[in-house]
Amino acid sequence: MAEITIQDIIKEENLVYKKSKVMTDTTLSYCPGCGHGTAHRLIAEVIEEMGIQAETIGVSPVGCSVLMYNFLDVDFQQAAHGRAPAVATAIKRVMPEKYVFTYQGDGDLAAIGTAETIHACNRGENITIIFVNNGIYGMTGGQMAPTTLPGMPASTCPFGRDVEIMGNPLKMTELVSQLAGTYFVTRQSVHSPRNVRKAKKAIKMAFENQKLKRGVSFVEIVSNCNSGWKLNPVKANEWMEDNMFPFYPLGDIKVDGEIVSK
Amino acid sequence: MEKELRLMKGNEAIAEAAIRVGADAYFGYPITPQSEVIEYLMSEKPYERTGMVVLQAESEVAAINMIYGAAACGRMSMTSSSSPGISLKQEGISYIAGAELPCLILNVVRGGPGLGTIQPSQSDYFQSTKGGGHGDYRLIVLAPASVQEMYDFVELGFDLAFKYRNPVMIQSDGIIGQMMEKVEIGEQKQRRSPEEIIKQCPWATTGKPESRERNIITSLDLVAAKQEEFNLKLIKKYEEVKEKEVRYELINCDDAEYIIVAYGSSSRLSMKAMDILRAKGIKVGILRLITLFPFPTKIIAELTERVKGFLAVEMSAGQMVEDVRLAVQFKKPVEHFGRLGGVIPSPEEIVEALEQKIIGG
Repeated sequence: MAEITIQDIIKEENLVYKKSKVMTDTTLSYCPGCGHGTAHRLIAEVIEEMGIQAETIGVSPVGCSVLMYNFLDVDFQQAAHGRAPAVATAIKRVMPEKYVFTYQGDGDLAAIGTAETIHACNRGENITIIFVNNGIYGMTGGQMAPTTLPGMPASTCPFGRDVEIMGNPLKMTELVSQLAGTYFVTRQSVHSPRNVRKAKKAIKMAFENQKLKRGVSFVEIVSNCNSGWKLNPVKANEWMEDNMFPFYPLGDIKVDGEIVSK
Repeated sequence: MEKELRLMKGNEAIAEAAIRVGADAYFGYPITPQSEVIEYLMSEKPYERTGMVVLQAESEVAAINMIYGAAACGRMSMTSSSSPGISLKQEGISYIAGAELPCLILNVVRGGPGLGTIQPSQSDYFQSTKGGGHGDYRLIVLAPASVQEMYDFVELGFDLAFKYRNPVMIQSDGIIGQMMEKVEIGEQKQRRSPEEIIKQCPWATTGKPESRERNIITSLDLVAAKQEEFNLKLIKKYEEVKEKEVRYELINCDDAEYIIVAYGSSSRLSMKAMDILRAKGIKVGILRLITLFPFPTKIIAELTERVKGFLAVEMSAGQMVEDVRLAVQFKKPVEHFGRLGGVIPSPEEIVEALEQKIIGG
């Protein structure tokens, strides 16, 4: 019996995974272990599967994912810090037949861009908002975010977030779920194969909903920041499960315009 | 064809012009003395008349970023505000200039600083002409002196914005915005089709077909040398604008010994002052600026050779006068006269200022 070589294995019928053609060949700028790359990949796969590459316009934020336009092969606008929902509002209003999404971090969406987020959601713009929440400002070097947990250290709260002094973390996703203009609101993660599959399903629904013209589809992805959290990727994911998920529970909050979470 | 004439406020004229020239979108936030712009648009239902998008944003900040989004799709997009609101828009304007996007911004200037007054002023000259937001950039700035020019400068402004891929500002003031005059209305133009937009703006984010690379609208460059290269490209563009787009009006300057330099409302007030001075036998002319940027440096340099002095009349503490002095190069006296905080100077005050500061001085 002949020995099996690598060439025997690399065959079309054995293919279980391949890079989406909506992902470019540019090397990701993210730290090893970061969830952004997976989140990007899921969006690219959804765009490819829906066949909407020529119909999609993305809006990148200020923050770690500012350079998202280098990684996804669709038309892209880079927005000022926090303003992506306003930018996306205009894109969708002047080209209602296109698919428009924003991709924003917690500082961008839940601090400096709070007004734009709430008002785009409340107007019921037919856009998709992907909100990556890792509880910290990653790109600027680990400062406190609006979503930093009580007691969680960051460079601007080195002894942990003291809510007496620094105020409380903001649950933006629950907040926008209460607005009449949101149609689908969910919280997901991308740290395990099972969660990746669920997150992809949610992202796909969030894009498909744009056909219905029923309002904002809002997907929060609770993610890690091993550099900012000063943990290795494995420990960061464990810490996320133990600390982030109890405060930011995963699952659908609003589906088809109806609140579904208790 | 018979001309269509209407009696309109400046703010209404600019709104009607936006619909008539085939603008695609207006985003704004109410502020006195220019709220009539969005009120007029909403009452005219341009979304039914031409398909133009009109949206009242949650803030001036959101409105200017909506302009960024629409302009990046190649759409003819306009916003309007007054001084404090224009200050809020500055970050967005800087991004729009940095991403080389065309758009039209109306500033109906009121007295400042801070919340200031709601009365007319010209104290935003520095902000309009020297950048306004962060970074090295310029706006093309048009200064209407009549309701007719409020109307006409919409088309001119969009033409310049798309020609140079640069934001254009119409710097008006509370007088021009609020006063009513006869306006000749142009014909209704067709809005460009999506195909025409793609042809005119191949850089726009209209969705990436297989046939081209993706379009990216950004003002970010992490490599300093590449950012400098971009800055130099912008400077080259502004130099071209300075070369080709200077606009002004010379009124009675042929025999003039003294020149009043003014724009907008101040130039209208100066017309009366000129009549009074001419009746006294003093040969005064007016250089009325139509573009504040580019500034008419060359004509001022030419006039410097044959006049005795200049009076810069502006409703500010002395902003435009600095550019006049730079053009005159200290060869002739240049003085400033202005009233502040929303107070409108009388023609008699302008006469007195010229007599005392220039002729007597």
